[in-house]
Amino acid sequence: MQHATSCWLRRGIRPAGGNMPMKLGDVIRRDRSSHPPALTPGYKTSVLRSPRRALISIEPGPGENAGPIFKASMLGPLENDLIRNYGKTGEAIGERIIVHGKILDECGRPVPNALIEVWQANAGGRYRHVNDSYLAPLDPNFGGTGRCMSDAEGNYFFRTIRPGPYPWRNNGSDWRPAHIHISIFGHAFVQRLVSQLYFEGDPLVPLCPILNTLPDPAARERLIAKLDMGNTVPFDALAYRFDVVLRGRRQTFFENKPEGH
Amino acid sequence: MPIEYLKETPSQTGGPYVHIGLLPVAAGLAYGTQEQPHVLSGAGERIRIEGVVYDGSGHIVKDALIELWQADAEGKHNAGDFLGWGRASAAFDTGEWFFETIRPGIVPWRDGRPQARHVTLIIFARGINIHLHTRLYFPEDEAALEADPVLKSIEWVGRRKTLVATKVEGKPIPTYRLEINIQGDDETVFFDV
Repeated sequence: MQHATSCWLRRGIRPAGGNMPMKLGDVIRRDRSSHPPALTPGYKTSVLRSPRRALISIEPGPGENAGPIFKASMLGPLENDLIRNYGKTGEAIGERIIVHGKILDECGRPVPNALIEVWQANAGGRYRHVNDSYLAPLDPNFGGTGRCMSDAEGNYFFRTIRPGPYPWRNNGSDWRPAHIHISIFGHAFVQRLVSQLYFEGDPLVPLCPILNTLPDPAARERLIAKLDMGNTVPFDALAYRFDVVLRGRRQTFFENKPEGH
Repeated sequence: MPIEYLKETPSQTGGPYVHIGLLPVAAGLAYGTQEQPHVLSGAGERIRIEGVVYDGSGHIVKDALIELWQADAEGKHNAGDFLGWGRASAAFDTGEWFFETIRPGIVPWRDGRPQARHVTLIIFARGINIHLHTRLYFPEDEAALEADPVLKSIEWVGRRKTLVATKVEGKPIPTYRLEINIQGDDETVFFDV
């Protein structure tokens, strides 16, 4: 993860005006070039599920700059441990891994108290979902979902097993790379983000029609978790690092009346 | 050279099994801490919001997941116990989704003008690469709808009605229905906010 060392906030530059108090203002406009377009025919389902009209741009109002406040007390004790949180007779089978990282905003500020939810297939690529009929078996001790909240420094972690690839009906038999779905709430509802993390070195990654909905190779690279040998648990689990960047907020320098419509 | 910020993590589709993580009960998993997130509790007038999502060929999107975000009855966010947020799944057989919530109060716009009462809805699904953001307004708020700053920012006047729900009569609590068309002639207005 490259930090925004050029961001003036991190360099400690104060705007002209001296001691004028600053407060966090609007969420910064979403840079849609960081994201996949809605219509990406290589991913066939997007053809009929993409708007044909342009999005209508509006400024964020008070409701958009706010978001739900989740509390750690809403989570159970094992929710970030997918190896054990569905265990009936033992632990899940597979390659034991820690997935960890930091939730930041675009200005490099840590985002504490972010709710992070994940879901994934088991080691054989089978999802525990009523609609998944892939022939690989379910693991009786693996549910495939977890949740946690980032700490005061924006850090989070899960313990899980590395998911297997699985085939899907797109171009004949396309295969998804190993991936974990991830959902994050920042502090503003318009920071909401759902994405997927992939694993460094997986040869299916460059072939994936879903990852390739991102036209920019640098954007695709940001979804690849890196092997992190410094954070393995000896004789227990490998580690992967995956940092997440949510939209930033601008500083409110002046209490100008915004332009109306 | 302009100042560089970190780049936002790119979005990816929620996929067909989004429920495992976001609504385990719908996927067939029992996790006690995530029951009934489509029912919001709080002080105020109880209402029901329901609908269906359609794709560009008029077919029902049966694997959609919808999240709701709204103010409390006083028009405030995070002012008390009201979470203001909910999550609902389309039924896998009919595609119907619903929330039970309270009627939101009036929230001022950026410049202090009142907005018409509304809830924010975002839609995730297989085939949707980045979630779609829209609003539901209430049909009886006619004067407020005329004056709403966000609705007025939609240049195509005829498209504004895609955000106004229909009142369903004869229900135990006031019930509002919004059909969301992702693509086509009656395409719902989606916002970049």
